[in-house]
Amino acid sequence: MSRLFANGLLKLRRRDFLKAATIATAAMGLPVTMVDKVTAALESPKRPPVIWLHFMECTGCTESLLRTSHPDVATLILDLVSLEYHETLMAAAGHQAEENLKRAIEKYRGEFICVVEGGISTKDGGIYCKIGGRTALEILQHVGSEASSIIAIGTCAAFGGVQAAAPNPTGAVGVRDIIKDKPIINVPGCPPNGYNILATIVYILTFKRPPDVDALGRPKFAYGRRIHDHCERRAHFDEGRFVEQFGDEGHKKGYCLYKVGCKGPVTYANCPTQRFCDAGVWPVAAGHGCIGCTEPNFWDQMIPFYEHVPGVEVPSGQGIVGKAERIGKFAIGAAAAGIAIHAAAGAIKKATTKEKEE
Amino acid sequence: MAKRITVDPITRIEGHLRIDVEVEGGKIVNAWSSAQMWRGIEIILQGKDPRDAWAFTQRICGVCTTVHALASVRAVENALGLEVPLNAQYVRNIILAAHALQDHIVHFYHLSALDWVDVVSALKADPKKTAALAQALSPWPGNSVTRFKEVQDKLKAFVESGQLGPFENGYWGHPAMKLPPEANLMAVSHYLEALEYQYKINQVVAIFGGKSPHIQTVVVGGVALAINPENEATLNMERILWAQKLFKEVKKFVHEVYLIDAIAIGALYADWLRYGAGVTNYLAVPDMPLDTKGETFDLPGGTIFGKELKNVKAITSFNDPYFRDNVAECVAHSWYQGDWTKHPFEEDTIPQYTDFKPEGKYSWAKAPRFKGEPMQVGPLAQVLVGYALGHELTKKWVDHALGKLSKISGQDVSVGVLQSTPGRHLARAIRAAMLAELGPKHLDLLLKNIAKGDLTIFNSPRFPKGIIKGFGFHEAPRGTLSHWVVIEDGRIANYQCVVPSTWNASPRDDKGQLGPYEASLIDNPVAEPERPLEVLRTVHSFDPCIACAVHVLNPRKEEIVRVKAL
Repeated sequence: MSRLFANGLLKLRRRDFLKAATIATAAMGLPVTMVDKVTAALESPKRPPVIWLHFMECTGCTESLLRTSHPDVATLILDLVSLEYHETLMAAAGHQAEENLKRAIEKYRGEFICVVEGGISTKDGGIYCKIGGRTALEILQHVGSEASSIIAIGTCAAFGGVQAAAPNPTGAVGVRDIIKDKPIINVPGCPPNGYNILATIVYILTFKRPPDVDALGRPKFAYGRRIHDHCERRAHFDEGRFVEQFGDEGHKKGYCLYKVGCKGPVTYANCPTQRFCDAGVWPVAAGHGCIGCTEPNFWDQMIPFYEHVPGVEVPSGQGIVGKAERIGKFAIGAAAAGIAIHAAAGAIKKATTKEKEE
Repeated sequence: MAKRITVDPITRIEGHLRIDVEVEGGKIVNAWSSAQMWRGIEIILQGKDPRDAWAFTQRICGVCTTVHALASVRAVENALGLEVPLNAQYVRNIILAAHALQDHIVHFYHLSALDWVDVVSALKADPKKTAALAQALSPWPGNSVTRFKEVQDKLKAFVESGQLGPFENGYWGHPAMKLPPEANLMAVSHYLEALEYQYKINQVVAIFGGKSPHIQTVVVGGVALAINPENEATLNMERILWAQKLFKEVKKFVHEVYLIDAIAIGALYADWLRYGAGVTNYLAVPDMPLDTKGETFDLPGGTIFGKELKNVKAITSFNDPYFRDNVAECVAHSWYQGDWTKHPFEEDTIPQYTDFKPEGKYSWAKAPRFKGEPMQVGPLAQVLVGYALGHELTKKWVDHALGKLSKISGQDVSVGVLQSTPGRHLARAIRAAMLAELGPKHLDLLLKNIAKGDLTIFNSPRFPKGIIKGFGFHEAPRGTLSHWVVIEDGRIANYQCVVPSTWNASPRDDKGQLGPYEASLIDNPVAEPERPLEVLRTVHSFDPCIACAVHVLNPRKEEIVRVKAL
């Protein structure tokens, strides 16, 4: 898009480039000594080809890239990779855009990275999402089969996303449900932090292999710890100091949001450390609980958003950290059924009646 | 000789839309607008907790992020008769203004400018003459010879590198491109600066929204943004001062650059002021409430039928029955079962896909109607309604803009010229000029209210047994958005969203009335059917939130020539 064009005009100076490489290195959790390696990978004369597909989505993931600054999306696309196809960002459209896609697949068969944004409709032959006359399902099967690896960005591409919420009227699924024979890296979030997307791509370019991932295919450098682990409100949780209702005294003092629905204890993501929009913010810092948007089927598993997560043992105001460690072992999923919510609610209420003031 | 041209997909817009156009004698004679994606969000919402609806609906769009969250909580609050604390209203209004400013700036410079600005022509510009031109228009500090020379050098280096990448094959040199090289260079320079200002104003959205895209602080009953000037973990003076600074910088950019450029485009493409009016019924809703109930507002709303400003009728509150009772949607030409026209509370959403049938069903979009009429929504509608109602702030900026437009174009223009393709861009810039004042105003109102000792942000919702109904509207960057909810025993029984791009991208209804995109394309010139730049100009002027495909075809639907669109 024009933004990229514009930034292309501003040729990256060497110093800026090194800054970008250093930040990318830090974002991946690598030591400073790795900067040279990252720089070398990024400076290779042939920019690695990337094909970016949009399916059932809201463009929020691409938008989140537009809100990064170091490096910004233009640097990524003009200096770090060769973006062969991207519906929202490319200037070409229509038939010529489709030709670009075809040509890129032929030229870079088995070499290119495929980035997918959006879920894939499988019901009724996939007719609920068509681009250029073809269904998303057909396009993914075709392009995905020729890629070296696939990065599924956003919870839609990773796990089906909002349209896959019950009753999933369009039969929406994630990439991993369609493509079975390729490495797929999931970068979920609704949308994911732009820096997590950037760092995943740069990691692959640097090490020529996917980053270490968890059981759900998520890079450990961004999804290795629970929100709860690095949350700035964690001390209040450990001390049993909770917000009971938005705007109450606890809320005005920055207490823990667990009881007003925060899903931080069962959600793996780096929001508390990475933060958003270079504005030093994330939802929990602002005063709203985490909604668990990096977890599979969170639209089914994490609702109601304003009821607390069941099965979490809450410190009873004794400042005990130990019990909370078990929270991570709590499996979201079937266990999060309504019955459990009510059962646990009683226990928690009991456990937290003796909340301590500061 | 007529040709059928397929452009699919169009880029630089969000979503999947297809437009078919018939061209004869160099003019468009018929048009169809067809949305190409359906996700079933309204079905998914059935049975869910109404407090969660905002999070689901916000995912309808990540470009117009924030807007569905606002409309959703308002709909549920309306059903409950729940008042919203003043602080929460102000926080929501600040988010509204900041997001709309970001959205309008990006739309004008980064999504639409290339329809009017020939980037390659800027290489031929004289930086000194460019500075003279720019300084005659505005005191903006960036309008200097040094700056323009620097931008031109960078542009030159970029073009000479031969690596245009995703930007190859633009409509450079198209006969419809009319700006002199100096105006093109000025536009390219401003377009680069606009990147910084959209980034800055988005930080205001993030400060008050917790993140962006997809804010996470707007809740049924208020906001979940704790306010406490005595605490380090809440909205306190430091955050407010930061937002003040960002607003101040962006206001200067909007008043001295964006608005001036939109006026200049209108003046330098004065012949285009005749094209693109289309549907001249207008709908806007009031927004930026100043009280807890939504009865007084900083942005006016109402309807205008048949182009005549004197026919204006105001919409005056969040409960106004004039709005509530007159909205309906028709599915005669949409991929849903039946051919009914129903009020949103009564609607169902049962898909029935038939492929593209120009005489039958051809779109996933329903056809919204107000008193049975198609309506154009968006900044143009809001500016016209405000002007017609004598709204002071609207009048100030419209008169300012029209005065400058008359001066630059050398012809005396009246408010009627806004009803055109470039007029829609100008109306959007006028709205931005207003919001650039209203954003900091509401930040100030918030600060004053906090100073009084009011830290309330939330009224807890309580859902009764039985059925309740509510509607919530919001004047989003792309126009009137409304959500309609039926709640039974605290669960969602029915949910419908009537969104701006549905009003504007509407297909035909059961009476065969064209929607605004369709109608606005009729009579547009098309110089080169293989490069339908003019079609894109008019479609982009609505700020479509759907990637669209433009199909130009003749009545015999023969010979297909495929081209790109930019």
